[in-house]
Amino acid sequence: LSHLQQQPVPFEGPDVDWFSLSPMLVLVGTALFLLVAGALTPRWPRGLYAGVTAAAAIAAGVLSMVLWDDITDSEPSTLVGDALAFDTFAMFVAIVICAALLLVALVTDDFLRREDNDGPEVYALYLVAATGGIVMGAANDLIVLFVGLKTLSLALYVLAASHRRRAGSTESGIKYFILGSFSSAFLLYGIALVYGATGSTNISAIVASFQGTTPLERNDALVLAGAALLLVGLGFKVAVAPFHVWTPDVYQGAPTPVTSFMASAGKVAAFAALLRVFVVALPFYRDDWGPVVWALALASMLVGSILAVVQTDVKRMLAYSSINHAGFMLVGLEAAAHGAGEVDSGPGVPSVMVYLMAYAVMVIGTFAIVALVARTGDVATDLDSYRGLGQRRPLLSLALTVLLVAQAGVPFTSGFIAKFGVIQAAVEERSYVLAVAAMVTSVIAAFLYLRIIVATWIEAPGDAEREPVALPFSSGLAIAASVAFTLAVGFFPDWLIDASEVTTQFAR
Amino acid sequence: MDPGFPILTALIVVPAVGAILTLLVSKHRPEVVKLVALLASVVTGALSVWLVASFETGEGGFQFVSQHPWIEPWGISWNVGVDGISLPLVVLTGVLFPLAILGADPHHDHKPYLAWLLLLEAGVIGSFLSLDLFVFFLFFEIVLVPMYFLIGGWGYENRVYAATKFFLFTMAGSAFMLVGIVATVFIARDNGVGEITFNLVTLAERADFPLATGRWLFFAFAIAFAVKVPVFPLHTWLPDAHTQAPTAGSVILAAVLLKLGTYGLVRFGLYLFPEAAWWSRPLFLTLGVIGIIYGAVVATMQKDLKRLVAYSSIAHLGFIILGTFAITSQALTGGVVQMVNHGLSTGALFLLVGWIYERRHTREIAELKGIQAVAPVFAAGFMVVMLSSIGVPGLNGFIGEYLILIGSFLAARWWAVVAATGVILAALYLLWAYQRVFHGEPDEDNSAFAEIKPREGAVLGVIIALIVFLGIYPKPLVERVEPSVDALIEHIERRTGETVSEPELVEEGG
Repeated sequence: LSHLQQQPVPFEGPDVDWFSLSPMLVLVGTALFLLVAGALTPRWPRGLYAGVTAAAAIAAGVLSMVLWDDITDSEPSTLVGDALAFDTFAMFVAIVICAALLLVALVTDDFLRREDNDGPEVYALYLVAATGGIVMGAANDLIVLFVGLKTLSLALYVLAASHRRRAGSTESGIKYFILGSFSSAFLLYGIALVYGATGSTNISAIVASFQGTTPLERNDALVLAGAALLLVGLGFKVAVAPFHVWTPDVYQGAPTPVTSFMASAGKVAAFAALLRVFVVALPFYRDDWGPVVWALALASMLVGSILAVVQTDVKRMLAYSSINHAGFMLVGLEAAAHGAGEVDSGPGVPSVMVYLMAYAVMVIGTFAIVALVARTGDVATDLDSYRGLGQRRPLLSLALTVLLVAQAGVPFTSGFIAKFGVIQAAVEERSYVLAVAAMVTSVIAAFLYLRIIVATWIEAPGDAEREPVALPFSSGLAIAASVAFTLAVGFFPDWLIDASEVTTQFAR
Repeated sequence: MDPGFPILTALIVVPAVGAILTLLVSKHRPEVVKLVALLASVVTGALSVWLVASFETGEGGFQFVSQHPWIEPWGISWNVGVDGISLPLVVLTGVLFPLAILGADPHHDHKPYLAWLLLLEAGVIGSFLSLDLFVFFLFFEIVLVPMYFLIGGWGYENRVYAATKFFLFTMAGSAFMLVGIVATVFIARDNGVGEITFNLVTLAERADFPLATGRWLFFAFAIAFAVKVPVFPLHTWLPDAHTQAPTAGSVILAAVLLKLGTYGLVRFGLYLFPEAAWWSRPLFLTLGVIGIIYGAVVATMQKDLKRLVAYSSIAHLGFIILGTFAITSQALTGGVVQMVNHGLSTGALFLLVGWIYERRHTREIAELKGIQAVAPVFAAGFMVVMLSSIGVPGLNGFIGEYLILIGSFLAARWWAVVAATGVILAALYLLWAYQRVFHGEPDEDNSAFAEIKPREGAVLGVIIALIVFLGIYPKPLVERVEPSVDALIEHIERRTGETVSEPELVEEGG
């Protein structure tokens, strides 16, 4: 009975460096503020919900940049008892997500008013989802990663169903929820198996458990099974083939600004997690997961480009194109597999980071235009709706053209820089087959973008009388910003490449 | 190097700025739009002429080189320069664009049309001047976008199909080249260069590729250029694109865009991968000769005048391929000269066919008859251009084909023999077409065929003057081309250890 008489040891929480967490705190705080204040006060003046969200996104983004500076001045470290990584990689992800949040908030503003659905809830959900995304990018513990993923996903499920008066939106939410929960189960099972093999869910501890062991001493079967399940779970979130089946349906059904948020912030967060889990936590198994990633990359690029060709709905087209883009990013991850765990980990990770940044901005700009063309009710998303747009809205059509040719990878756009980066990485690691396959699928995918461009500029407007396409200020601002960014990076990519090359110094 | 006026950069920037200025003018002032665009292209043309004047004749290397770091983390710099091989093509581009803008009217939406044309000019000149593989690829690829919109927006009935086919074919070719470029840079780093650089001269002089690797890389480049030229059997996009493109689009496509392919083969094939180019000579010679015969035979059978000229282009470019891959000084000089000649004569032919379409709204040879009787000056202009395209002595087409055949006869005798029949076939299909369209009594539809207009006459006059001048006195062109070609041949000999066979019968001044 002696042990019962011992004094209970008081629980000691880990030290928390609050400032280092400030981007997340700003976003969560704003979300809570919006929910509470929004519930207690009558409807706010137009644009204020979005304005508060945008301000929070800017604040969090700027804080992330300040923290980036702190990290590059000193060393990457971990926070909150090794639960979160405090490195440039995490900050890069946070900045991309904040940029996405800012643009999406602008696009959502007039969308919600057009749909008569304005309120604080959608914005609060965006903020929560963004926080989850940032946590995923920074997670240094698989359980924290899971928490971040769930935070992101639950918010996205609700967001997908947030267009209350449209059945398609509800359907999209339900589909996403069921399939997403299913995939989360895979992820959790994977975490459990890795825990079983290594004795920890902490990434630093997992790496340490491999170090100094011979391959014979490791519990390979468990780790590999766990890695496979992790890949399935994260592959679902990223939307790579063959885990992509939900994407077209959900993208098409969800309210268009939400779709743009899924395709940008959602993909960025999931990809960040994928990179950290595989490149940082499992470099010892890189020869095992590298070939799998190779196959997934090829499958995604083929599925994404070929199936896109037969679509007639622009949102579905862009959904397939996002699968194609995910395949391109996997090409970068495959390149990273060759150098994972080494001091100079090679060009793979930076190339993916550039791609994520470029793609997030392009895709939001594109979906912002899709949202405008979808008109009231958010339903006019077939190709016919674009006919004659070039005559009625030349500037908007020009913006759409720039964003689409950027997605196709035409020079002097960020899309080209992004594609060139991953191809360069693949070639440097001698994955020639993958590099050639990637370029060939980008030609097939170009056909899809050309179809939209043809409908916009060349085909005569249809007979049916349609509501004219409005061009409200905040959406216009978001579109202009994304076009400007796309072209600016296309002409002067130095700074982005430089920044991305710093991100390989992971906290361990 | 004299850090004076960056004329090469200006040649690229002026049309691009012109495109932006054109877009800024109100669309309700079409005459101002046209004036701005024309001025931009004329200034570019004047710059290109000035470039000729200040070009150091007799020098084989690159001149006016201007190099500035651009994307430093990737070892990419803005690097432009001109030598005797690219100079004629730059001038051709500079001269033909204002003529194409003047000579053909799009009939609707002038503003975007002219902006796309000027952007196209910037892209084309940029491709000819780039000495950095990355920058070259940027320009080579960006050219697709304006051309796509020109065909798709201002072309004829089947334009969307033709434009999409053009875009996808060419982009598919470039897909391999992009991987090839990156692979070249990384493999060169480990084989003699020692650093990551996209600089063409550094790579060509210092890289020493393993045999098989060099050949793979060469083919990655060659496929992109072969699509662009186009080399048989990758040519199927060309007749569609030409037939459907608006007149100015066809002119530029034939005169300048196809040269990107042949120029690329010389600059990034022979120069960068001498061994592989030498090794693959039989393949390309054969494809070139097939192109000559195939293009000629198919052209003979065409019912559509524009399609006929398009197929004649395939035949002419077959000659250029033959000249390029014979790898002798004469043949290669002839190839470069022929690039200019083909640009002038086929460009003019497309203009004339466009004018015929303007008047008669048909391109069917069967619907045209007896035009010579009602429009003798028009017919005479067509005759001169056609004879130049056939290669009649005294006009520019002769000198190029002559040099190619002379030069390739010793190095590749049987190919040259077969190719020579192509000259006869060209006479057959062009004269036959001329006979059907211009001779005979005009029927009811053709009797109202309008005579050449002053503006058309001025445009055609400039081209014919050049055709005659180069036919009678080709020395200014040849003496600028030859030193660079000799330097290239010497480079190939040095790198491959082969001795290039030179015919002895041509003695200058002898």
